[in-house]
Amino acid sequence: MDHFLYGIPIVGLVFELIGYLVHITPIIAPIVMKASVSIGFAALCGVMCERSGIVNIGIEGMMLVAAFVGWMAGVYLEPVLGSTVGPVFGVTPTLLVALVLAVLAGVLVALIHAWLSISVKADQIISGTIINIAAFGITGYLISLLSINSPEGAGQFKAWNPPQAISDLPVVGWLFDTVFAQGPITIGLIVIVVVFQIALFRTRWGLRSRAVGEHPRAAETVGINVIRLRYRNVMLGGALAGLGGAFLSMESTGTFQPGMTVGRGFIGLAAMIVGRWTPIGAFGAALLFASSVGISQSILIAPPPGQLGDILISLPPQFFDALPYLVTIIILAGVIGRSIPPAADGQPYEREAAT
Amino acid sequence: MTSESPQVGAPALEMRGITKRYPGVVANDSIDLDIRPGEIHALLGENGAGKTTLMNILYGLARPDEGTILIGGEEVRLTGPSEAIRRGISMVHQHFMLVPVLTVAENIILGEETTVRGGFLDRSEAHKRIVDLGRRFGFEVDPEVKVGSLSVGWQQRVEILKALYRNAKVLVLDEPTAVLTPQETQEIFEVLRRLAAEGHSIVFISHKLYEVLEIADRITVIRRGKVVGQRVPAETNEEDLAEMMVGREVSLTVDRGESHPAGAALAIQGLVVRDDRGREVVHAVDLEVRSGEILGIAGVAGNGQDELVEAIVGLRKPTRGTVSLEGIDITGLRSRDVYEHGVGYVPADRHRFGLVLSFSIADNLVLTSYHRQPYSRGLLRNDEAIREAAEERIKAFDIRTPSADAKAATLSGGNQQKVVIAREFSRDLKLLVLDQPTRGLDVGSIEFIHKQIIAKRNAGTAILLVSAELDEILDLSDRIAVVYRGKLVGLRDGRTAEKNDVGLLMATGGRANGDSAGGETGSAA
Amino acid sequence: MSARLSRAWAILALPLISIGLSVIVGSLVIVFSQWLVTGELQAGLALDAYGALVSGSVGSERAIVNTLINTMPLLLGGLAVGLGFKGGLFNIGVQGQFLMGALGSVIVGVQLRESPALIAIPISLVAGMIFGAAWGFIPGFLKAVSGAHEVVTTIMLNFVAIAILAAAVSGPLNVIGSQSPQTLPVGNASLPVILGRNGTIAIIYAPIMAILYGWLLFRTTRGFEIRVAGASPDAARYAGMSPRHLIIWTMSVSGMLGGMAGATDLLGATHQMTTTYGTTVGFDAIAVALLGRTNPLGIVLSALLFGAMRTGASAMQIQAGVPADLVGVLQATILFFLIIGPVIKRIFRLKDAKTGLEDSATTFTATYGGEATIR
Repeated sequence: MDHFLYGIPIVGLVFELIGYLVHITPIIAPIVMKASVSIGFAALCGVMCERSGIVNIGIEGMMLVAAFVGWMAGVYLEPVLGSTVGPVFGVTPTLLVALVLAVLAGVLVALIHAWLSISVKADQIISGTIINIAAFGITGYLISLLSINSPEGAGQFKAWNPPQAISDLPVVGWLFDTVFAQGPITIGLIVIVVVFQIALFRTRWGLRSRAVGEHPRAAETVGINVIRLRYRNVMLGGALAGLGGAFLSMESTGTFQPGMTVGRGFIGLAAMIVGRWTPIGAFGAALLFASSVGISQSILIAPPPGQLGDILISLPPQFFDALPYLVTIIILAGVIGRSIPPAADGQPYEREAAT
Repeated sequence: MTSESPQVGAPALEMRGITKRYPGVVANDSIDLDIRPGEIHALLGENGAGKTTLMNILYGLARPDEGTILIGGEEVRLTGPSEAIRRGISMVHQHFMLVPVLTVAENIILGEETTVRGGFLDRSEAHKRIVDLGRRFGFEVDPEVKVGSLSVGWQQRVEILKALYRNAKVLVLDEPTAVLTPQETQEIFEVLRRLAAEGHSIVFISHKLYEVLEIADRITVIRRGKVVGQRVPAETNEEDLAEMMVGREVSLTVDRGESHPAGAALAIQGLVVRDDRGREVVHAVDLEVRSGEILGIAGVAGNGQDELVEAIVGLRKPTRGTVSLEGIDITGLRSRDVYEHGVGYVPADRHRFGLVLSFSIADNLVLTSYHRQPYSRGLLRNDEAIREAAEERIKAFDIRTPSADAKAATLSGGNQQKVVIAREFSRDLKLLVLDQPTRGLDVGSIEFIHKQIIAKRNAGTAILLVSAELDEILDLSDRIAVVYRGKLVGLRDGRTAEKNDVGLLMATGGRANGDSAGGETGSAA
Repeated sequence: MSARLSRAWAILALPLISIGLSVIVGSLVIVFSQWLVTGELQAGLALDAYGALVSGSVGSERAIVNTLINTMPLLLGGLAVGLGFKGGLFNIGVQGQFLMGALGSVIVGVQLRESPALIAIPISLVAGMIFGAAWGFIPGFLKAVSGAHEVVTTIMLNFVAIAILAAAVSGPLNVIGSQSPQTLPVGNASLPVILGRNGTIAIIYAPIMAILYGWLLFRTTRGFEIRVAGASPDAARYAGMSPRHLIIWTMSVSGMLGGMAGATDLLGATHQMTTTYGTTVGFDAIAVALLGRTNPLGIVLSALLFGAMRTGASAMQIQAGVPADLVGVLQATILFFLIIGPVIKRIFRLKDAKTGLEDSATTFTATYGGEATIR
């Protein structure tokens, strides 16, 4: 049997590849988890906005501003609030307040997008583009002003150390580590994914949000305030993007770099599409996309033996960078598993009431 | 003009002196209306008469400038749909307000959700109520099924369930039969009668005379924003209502003159066409239109007329069958090539298809011929020729505009349609396909366009006329073909056809071989 | 005469007001941020900064040439975005088409680096245009056959282009022995300098492309078709045009212009490519097209404005100590005020001012939702 399968090169290689992936999964899992956090939050932000009918390509900018504000708040608040380290996650009062401010910054930028998209009824792509250009501009501008004094930030959140006994559990120990040996924002993401999924499909708010994204007029005729709900959801989306940004400058690193989001807001959009506009799907896609990078790194460090290894090493590492985008294009084009956006996505809503 | 009949029972709903002005028009001019409990009250009027504005006011979507609304004798201010719903008023819109990807239950409870433990939907309770309601009024529907997978008739029942779920006392239905087959219409009428018998009041908005006569207990007619009269079906008839609705004796015959048809221009054989969703909506149609005659296609909207027309002009590929023009096979050609063979086409929706509203009149007048000489020279536009042609047609077709550069959007509906007519009629044509050529236009424009159609026929063009207005078909056609569910069910001579006969065919499809079906079923028409 | 003036005012009012307001916002940012960092409130700093910005961009012959040279890729990119807008398409992928254009021109340019310039230059430039056109064709084709919205596919393709470029430069194009991956210089395929120290021939052909753009849109039947399809796809189909065909055509030509922008930058300015090669031209081009209201002359003027701002930015940073990134802020605020046009019109009581994309679809995202199919 073995011989027969390996006689067909492609089938053999596929089996080898699967074996390799199973082998490296526990090793790269924690890295993949970390890499998926800001993509995941960006994707959730996308789901939140687009489910209620607002296209948001300004997620990148929202995250960048939040990352900057979180870090800068640390710089300014550290001397005031001090750095008493709390019981868990290496939390300090400064970090907590800075996190709140980062999230609020995301909300504020989202409010601009909401105003432009909902009230001004401007084109939502243009609005998102403006937010991205402005975010890159203002954070780049301020960071080059501030770095003259090379300020110290407030540090970063630390990962939680689960009891050794659990990590040592056979088979599932690594999974537990992947999820829980992480910082608060990462663990928060998993909680939020679950809560968001349930809320979207099981609660009144979720039903109304979905209706508003599919057929806002129908929602208005049963007395739902479309405008208010859209505002609220876009701002909630901003909070999610804010968390994604805060992760970059407050958990993954403790510093801010100009343009440090490096396209994660856009991969988030891709994850949202591949995940078919559901929170769990979007998060799953974010994990998948993140693992594309994880796999490419592990190939460089420890390639599989034999022919498979030769093939994988000969692939340019950029192939794995491009893979998420290629997958998204293929799915969008309906080649496999067509993904359809909410029907009213991107359409400004004109209230029927002519006063 | 309030109710003159001395019946007892306080009105469930009363509107007094409702006036609503929009820039340039008075949409409602001190309208009085009273709706009694358990009554089906028809609101009859032409498109644009002010029915929809009045209902939007009643549903809180628009605020009246003057006047008061009383519910159960109590004066109310309706600030929005939720307030109207709370007061027991529900509306079934002409375009359904349903979300296709949500389930029946989700659609019904939307905005009116019962929740448990802080925000979670109570699905089982909702399901129970929906099933109970359905049972009570004789239409059970699976609450878990997606609305998008239901037929139009069932979607309308979901809309009605939605209203009942909100304990509506007064149900407003805006043109509820526009999208229904005659059979579905009868079924909905059954539902409405049952609702009325249970004490609900129903406001039935329509411009279809025979329906109103069939279903209503009382009929209020409005014209140009004013109530012009009220009738009880037993004391009126179609002519009387039509006169009130239109404002003058409707002339039942247009001076169409003699026609001298020659050989067949358009010949269709065994044509099968599918709609966007892949359903076969035109079944093996055979049809012939001769040069110099007007063939009218009569039918309730949605019986395959749109797809048939699109298949003829090349906007839709037929599944089977042939279309030929003066003996040349044009089946499946692209629309551009069909037009090149001498086919003109006036589409039903001038805003979406017939015109580019943001473009000048001159550009719109060459929309289908910009690539031909003299309007183009090779790859280039010939602006001078385009301009000259525009000036000429604006004069010839009496298009009221300050200049040929004015945007089409600035014109009135009648003048917009004249642009489309001028463009299509100004060519040398073998066949002219007209889809709803006068829909929503004022009487003056209608008369003008009708004259142009007759003139084109007299010039020897074959004309295929599709219209939802039976009167228009009867007035203009030399021959009438009746379509019912994608089939031709009858052919009549345009000058001798009886309205009742054609109406009955439209409504029932006749029976058997499509020959005279009069008397078999006596319900519609 | 006054009718003409009022027409000009109708067109220019909103862009001018937007620029004016963004200058004010920029001053506030400069002064306030300085106060935040140093604790000093210097109102004069804004004047210094703008002074340096202006003199650094148009203050000397050299500055003017630099401005012109920075303008040309923006102009070509702006035309690319503008053509898409006219055809009802939001080509947010000019960034990717720019990169692919640069890549195409460097691949061919390196091969032809020792051939006669008369052969090397046009072939390299055309190679860039073809690469860009191909990168525009893909989203056009995908939209035409499957309805996949071009905004999403072009965003995705931007990142794919970055990956391809990096893979090519660190792989087959890499010069053996160089410290970090980079290509050979394009040698004879470099654009010839015709003005000052670095004013290449792009100064001539890019404006010609703007003229061709106007000619295409308003003088040819194809341009009419593009504009009809942009304003009303249904009307285009009814009129016998083929929206599918037009989408593919428009996206390809738009991509070609984007590719030309990239080739112009590579052959005219950088002459070789590293893995980090890239500019913000693709996104700035959106701003250029919007500020220029998709009109050819408007695009030329707004490209000049943004080109000047990019050029003067470094002088501003050096002379006034105000970071060059301010330019991004100014750009974003100009766009912001432009798209809140209706609000601005109300505040400034402008009755006839035009807000932007009246001729074509104003909301591209309106076709984003639901199951889209192009027929």
